[in-house]
Amino acid sequence: MAQNEKGFPWKHVFGFLLSIILTLLAVWITFSTDLPTNTIITLIVVLAFCQAFIQLLLFMHMKEGESGSWQATMIYYGIYIAIVIVAGSIWVMSLGHQHHY
Amino acid sequence: MSEIAPKQSNLPLEYSTKQNQLNILGFWIFLGAELALFATLFATYLVLVSRTAGGPGPEELYELKTVLIETFLLLTSSFTCGLAVYEMRRGKQAGMIGWLIVTILLGIGFLYFEIEEFILYAVHEGATMQTSAFLSSFFALVGTHGLHVTIGIFWILIIILQVLKRGLNADTARKVFISSLYWHFLDVVWIFLFTLVYLTGMVS
Repeated sequence: MAQNEKGFPWKHVFGFLLSIILTLLAVWITFSTDLPTNTIITLIVVLAFCQAFIQLLLFMHMKEGESGSWQATMIYYGIYIAIVIVAGSIWVMSLGHQHHY
Repeated sequence: MSEIAPKQSNLPLEYSTKQNQLNILGFWIFLGAELALFATLFATYLVLVSRTAGGPGPEELYELKTVLIETFLLLTSSFTCGLAVYEMRRGKQAGMIGWLIVTILLGIGFLYFEIEEFILYAVHEGATMQTSAFLSSFFALVGTHGLHVTIGIFWILIIILQVLKRGLNADTARKVFISSLYWHFLDVVWIFLFTLVYLTGMVS
């Protein structure tokens, strides 16, 4: 799968342009649409995950090498832990499960 | 320790020894742990973001222009860092070092705007780490990322010097590759800072 590189780095240029487009799209959704706040946040978080995978797959070659599947597993597990920590904290602390003193 | 594994002869230089492959796998495990570290800081920030204690809130502090400049500097540096590894895999040492230097300069540019942003908040708007729970968690989260970028700049700089001294071999190629993984990872974290801290802070 991973050959030594030749020619023009199309993959990198493609990933870079896609990152810029996704960033500007997130800004446009945030400031120039009349969508409800929750919808905006959901959309831009989805866009952020898309951008993260551009970095992981096109720039970092996550699945490359003998242990590529292990590398990917580590990152997927890290993402799982991150989502549990972040979403779990918001759920417990901010969504009406606490006493309001 | 450095025997060449013949099976992977089609893999790039940085994978050419068993030790190198283990080092790269180990670094991915470290990045998984870094994800958990940043997740705790994100969780703290997102829980405390509304606790401004009478001090300035996100919508008064954040400025889209500054944040976009920082975003594009870091995004471009991640791209040039990818090009450096690309050049390395073509065996072009000079091209690799050139792109790594561009990466470092863009990283310094990012840090310049971030430090300016911090000074603006702390000195001119009276928004310091002590002001409120929101600002404590903000500076802890964004500052930890900025500290990582600072470490990354010095790390890549030292590796450039080592490549200049020793040339590209299995050892130095692995070091360049692993530091590039670190640099791309910092951009991944910034994407979420940009989205979950800055954009959501300005939407409401």
